[in-house]
Amino acid sequence: MSRILPILTVVLAIISIWYGAAVPMNTAWEVDQAARAGVPAPVGMDLVAATLAQDRPVLPAPHQVAAELYKSTFGLKVTSPKSLIYHGWITISATLVGFAIGTSFGILLAVGIVHNRAMDASVMPWAIASQTIPILAIAPMIIVVMNALGVQGLIPKAIISAFLSFFPVLVGMVKGLRSPDAAQFDLMKTYNASAPKVLWALRLPSSVPYLFASLKVGIAASLVGAIVGEMPTGAVAGLGARLLSGSYYGQTVQIWAALMAAAIVAAGLVAIVGAVERATLQRMGYREGAR
Amino acid sequence: MAKTASNPVIEARDVNLVFQTADGPVQALKDVNLVVNKGDFVSFIGPSGCGKTTLLRSIAALEAVTGGSLTVNAMTPDQARMARAYGYVFQAAGLYPWRTIAGNIALPLEIMRFSKAEIAERCERVLDLVELTGFGRKFPWQLSGGMQQRASIARALAFDADILLMDEPFGALDEIVRDRLNEELLKLWARTGKTICFVTHSIPEAVYLSTKIVVMSPRPGRITDVIDSPLPSVRPLDIRDSAEFIAIAHRVREGLRAGHVDV
Ligand SMILES: Nc1ncnc2c1ncn2[C@@H]1O[C@H](COP(=O)(O)OP(=O)(O)OP(=O)(O)O)[C@@H](O)[C@H]1O
Ligand SMILES: [Mg+2]
Repeated sequence: MSRILPILTVVLAIISIWYGAAVPMNTAWEVDQAARAGVPAPVGMDLVAATLAQDRPVLPAPHQVAAELYKSTFGLKVTSPKSLIYHGWITISATLVGFAIGTSFGILLAVGIVHNRAMDASVMPWAIASQTIPILAIAPMIIVVMNALGVQGLIPKAIISAFLSFFPVLVGMVKGLRSPDAAQFDLMKTYNASAPKVLWALRLPSSVPYLFASLKVGIAASLVGAIVGEMPTGAVAGLGARLLSGSYYGQTVQIWAALMAAAIVAAGLVAIVGAVERATLQRMGYREGAR
Repeated sequence: MAKTASNPVIEARDVNLVFQTADGPVQALKDVNLVVNKGDFVSFIGPSGCGKTTLLRSIAALEAVTGGSLTVNAMTPDQARMARAYGYVFQAAGLYPWRTIAGNIALPLEIMRFSKAEIAERCERVLDLVELTGFGRKFPWQLSGGMQQRASIARALAFDADILLMDEPFGALDEIVRDRLNEELLKLWARTGKTICFVTHSIPEAVYLSTKIVVMSPRPGRITDVIDSPLPSVRPLDIRDSAEFIAIAHRVREGLRAGHVDV
């Protein structure tokens, strides 16, 4: 309960600001239309009502977005090309594959970095450099190159996802794998434990809290990657395609509904990672609340 | 002279150890000479900072000596470490928080590739030994500090190293439990013939347990006295009231005092 009240307050504030912005931003079109038709522009409540019910408003009102969102998720068959469930699933599947690739790659690189001096010195600068490249610039290149190799659909998008999500995992895991203190390493040394044993029995368990913090960032980045990856594919399917086709045809309500869907998917994915985190840490004996 | 009793397990000759720190070199050990024979129970006693932990860590190859020679089982400490010659009980319990108590005790056994059945059997046995029967499934944070320390002793006893290096293992325990564990440790020592190096701040504990008491003093850390105990090897707790016991305790106290005057 104590958490719901602040969240509700913020949501209410956002919605009222949103309505407050929609009216003036959509007024110009109403005035324009009225002038063209040679009738006086509506005023007062009539104007407000009109601005909140346009077909292609500059800024759609929250209830319009909600209605569109409801219609395109529950109001259509999931196989329909207008169904957000259909598009959402396309994006989520690319996100999950990309997340899996990126996470594995990030963990492997981190393991390499903590075990190998040469990798320690050389990998990080490249990893950082890779993240300074604008993803919007590199995404079409990946799509085009993969296309030339005959690979289409999910895999190129997943690769863009992985490109964005490996980095937080890499950074978190390097820190996590190095987080055991000297005494914990000393103990392993007294057993003459091999490096793989130390990795398995000490470094990896210690890194779990760091890993989950990274995974939450990583899964959100994966989603962004998948959506960006859908934009240059010729707008066929996926939330990114919905965004793009909406902007081609000025379907602002559709754009906003797709954006909302993306936000809901992101929140859902992060929440799932959070739930797995809680369950895992509890099984590992981490104290409730203390991390 | 070919008796096992004169079989040196640990031999230090003019051992020096200097730490290079940001504020310049710190001489932690100076000209340390010591012979520990097979089956000895050696206590190290001395004020804080006199290098007890450092000496124990050097024997365990966790620190490298910077001068003199140190051998363990006639090998370098590092070779002895790789041969898993010793079990080490650290000054802090240092249990892995994500493992249960039994899981912590199983850790060295897993690394040394004991069978599952053997691991379970040994866990039970050493838990009984340190009076933690039934606590195997608990996580470390669910135990008191003293119980955690006992678990860490159990962890070092679980595998059969001939040398036991113990850094203030009973420091966090109450008097009664400490007495009981002292008795248990003596029994274990008599039964197994392990060579034990034992750091303590308690004079009665050192005298009660040891065949040899090493008195150290700080700045720089060095050995000021080595006392071979004349006490019999079977020692009931009330031996602590005997005149012999009190005489040795007195000599240890004098040694410690002399070290303090130097400072
Ligand atoms: N890693 C290190 N780097 C620098 N100096 C150190 C290091 N470890 C120990 N020292 C120094 O060496 C000296 C001996 O320390 P040591 O820990 O061996 O003392 P101790 O006899 O075990 O003391 P206590 O009874 O408090 O545990 C101290 O002056 C300490 O500051
Ligand atoms: Mg110490």
